[in-house]
This record gives sequence, structure tokens and C-alpha cells, in this order.
Amino acid sequence: MSDFHLAQMNTARLRAPLEDPSMIEFAEGLTLMNELADRSPGFVWRLADENGDGTIAAPADPSRIYTLSAWESPEHLRAYAYQSRHLEYLRRRRDWFHPNGHRAALVLWWIPAGQAPTLRQGISRLGRLQADGPTPGAFTFRELFPAPELSRR
Amino acid sequence: MTTDLHDLDALASLTDRVRRQAYRVVADGTGPIGRDEVADALGVGRTLAAFHLDKLVAAGLLEVSYARRSGKTGPGAGRPAKLYRLAAAEHAVSVPPRAYRTAAEVLAEAVEQAGAEETLYRVAQRHGRRTPAGADVTELLTAQGYEPVAGGPDRIELRNCPFHRLAEQFPPVICGMNLAMITGLLTGAGLDDVWAARMDAAPGRCCVTLSKK
Repeated sequence: MSDFHLAQMNTARLRAPLEDPSMIEFAEGLTLMNELADRSPGFVWRLADENGDGTIAAPADPSRIYTLSAWESPEHLRAYAYQSRHLEYLRRRRDWFHPNGHRAALVLWWIPAGQAPTLRQGISRLGRLQADGPTPGAFTFRELFPAPELSRR
Repeated sequence: MTTDLHDLDALASLTDRVRRQAYRVVADGTGPIGRDEVADALGVGRTLAAFHLDKLVAAGLLEVSYARRSGKTGPGAGRPAKLYRLAAAEHAVSVPPRAYRTAAEVLAEAVEQAGAEETLYRVAQRHGRRTPAGADVTELLTAQGYEPVAGGPDRIELRNCPFHRLAEQFPPVICGMNLAMITGLLTGAGLDDVWAARMDAAPGRCCVTLSKK
């Protein structure tokens, strides 16, 4: 078991409030996909709001949502995100989300196992990825960095 | 990306006919396979099969793993068998040098940033529809490099993703494009009244599967 886990944060801007009829399939998918994540190999933790649906709205802009989770490894997260039924929801993301333009929508970073990432930490890592490109402290699947213990050895 | 002499060496190792057949046997297998199975498939001796397989390993086209195949464990189970499977590395040689993958990466990133997926899917579907009618479903998908296999009487799985590296980098964009293209191919070939393609992602194969309507 590694001393580090992979933290993940995603952000998206909704085309309509979650209660809107155009968002029904997305809203229903949230429950299904959270259940799928929870029972996926390598899943460690995810941030849940009072509804437990795992999407956290930004206080200043309710259309801006975040998901935050922790996984044992990038391979585990990849298997859940891109090699499961979740991929069909990603394929349809433009039905529900505005394009993110040149701004980063996903960031990955390593956290000591047992610690939960925070929303604030995630937003700051997104900013770092945006400003500096991929670094060991904020990266994406397109350019993965190994866990710190592995780099030390 | 562009011409690399190491890639040329890897591909040149396939010019030997027996070796190329050995590669094909491993590629067509459903999992890692041993030299005895390759020897049987080719009708050559085990030593010759092993010689060619090890040359393919040296060229970086195959990888080796060891496993006990009979399910036996513990003392008396014998030495683990040496098994061969395709290496993950990809090799391309272009003369003169061309960098289509770089162009594809840049375009995929631009589509993603612009949120132009709907346009991409529409174009991909139209592109697929240009295929001539007449081929059966296996021929159609084999010709496009998907390596179709039956996943049951009414279901086809695709063992190869022709866009693999790009799909790993831009999964929703490229897998969505792929689904649209296969949907178009089925229409063009006149098979869309029998088969339907859908997104059905799983590890180790193409994200699309086909099922009988």
C-alpha cells in the first residue's frame, strides 16, 4: 500500500440548475455514478454535500460545481472515469456543461494517505495547473507524475 | 512520432515470414500465450517458435510474463511457463517524416476547449457513412482495424482501439468520435437495421460494443 493517495478535483459550469428538466439525466446519473465510484476498486474518499451527491456548488456562483475525491492510484481513477459506464456521461458533458475554454477542468495531485483533500486546496491546485502547466503538485492524466515516495527512492 | 531508427528496427524484425506469423498468432490470442501454442499454430518446432518469439521480444514488439498455466501451485507444480503478449509500445515509421499524431493531439485539445464535440461527432458519423455497402459486420470492422470478436451470439466486442493513445489522452472527445464513426460505418455498410453501436467502456478493449437490434 502506498503512503500517498491521488487527489482529484473536477469543475464544470452547468448550463441550467440541476432541477431543470434539461438536467434530469445528469442529476440521475450523479447518484448512479457516485454509487459506482463508491464500489470501484481503489476508491478512497469523496466529498459529499448534505445531499450526498458529491457535487459542491461554489458559493458565489451556483452554476459552478466541483467534485473532489481520493483514489489509491491514477490507474484506479482512470478505470472508474474512462473504462466504465461513467465514460458515456463524459461523452455527453456538453449537453449539461458549458465548455471550459482554455481553463483547466481537472487537476490531480498526491496527498498523504489518510488525509482528505479540501475544496480550497483543489481550487488552488487548479490555479497552479492553469498558471504553470503540469508539475508534480498539479497535473493531469496527460502528464502523470509519480507519488512522492517513489521519486525519493 | 516522426521517423526513428529504433522504430524502423522494430518493424524490420517483422520482415521474416515465420516471425511475422508468430507475431500474428500472439496478436490474435485472447491473452498471453506460450511457445508451444505458437509452434502448433505455425506448424514449426518449439525451438524455432521460441527463437522467433524471443527476437520479437528483443525488438520490443512482444513482452514476456511468467505464469503457471495448469493451476497447480506449490512444490511439484513445475517451473512457471514463459508467456508472450503484445508490448504496449507503438511503432510508426514515416518517410519522409510526418507528425500526424501531433496534429491530432492539437486538434483534439482545440475541440475540447471550444466545446465543439457535437460538430466532431457529426463529422465523424458522416465520415463513417462513406463506407461502401456490402461488407458483413466482421469484414467492415476488421478493415478499420477494430479486431472484432463475438462477445455472445448477439454482441460484438472490439479488441483493438485504432485511436488508442489519443483516446487515452482525450477520452470523452476521441471515444465519442469513435462511437459516431462506427455508427456511421454501420449505416454506410447497410448494417444499421441489424446492429447498433453503443458506448460500453471496459478495460483492455475499445470503448464501443455492438449489439443486435
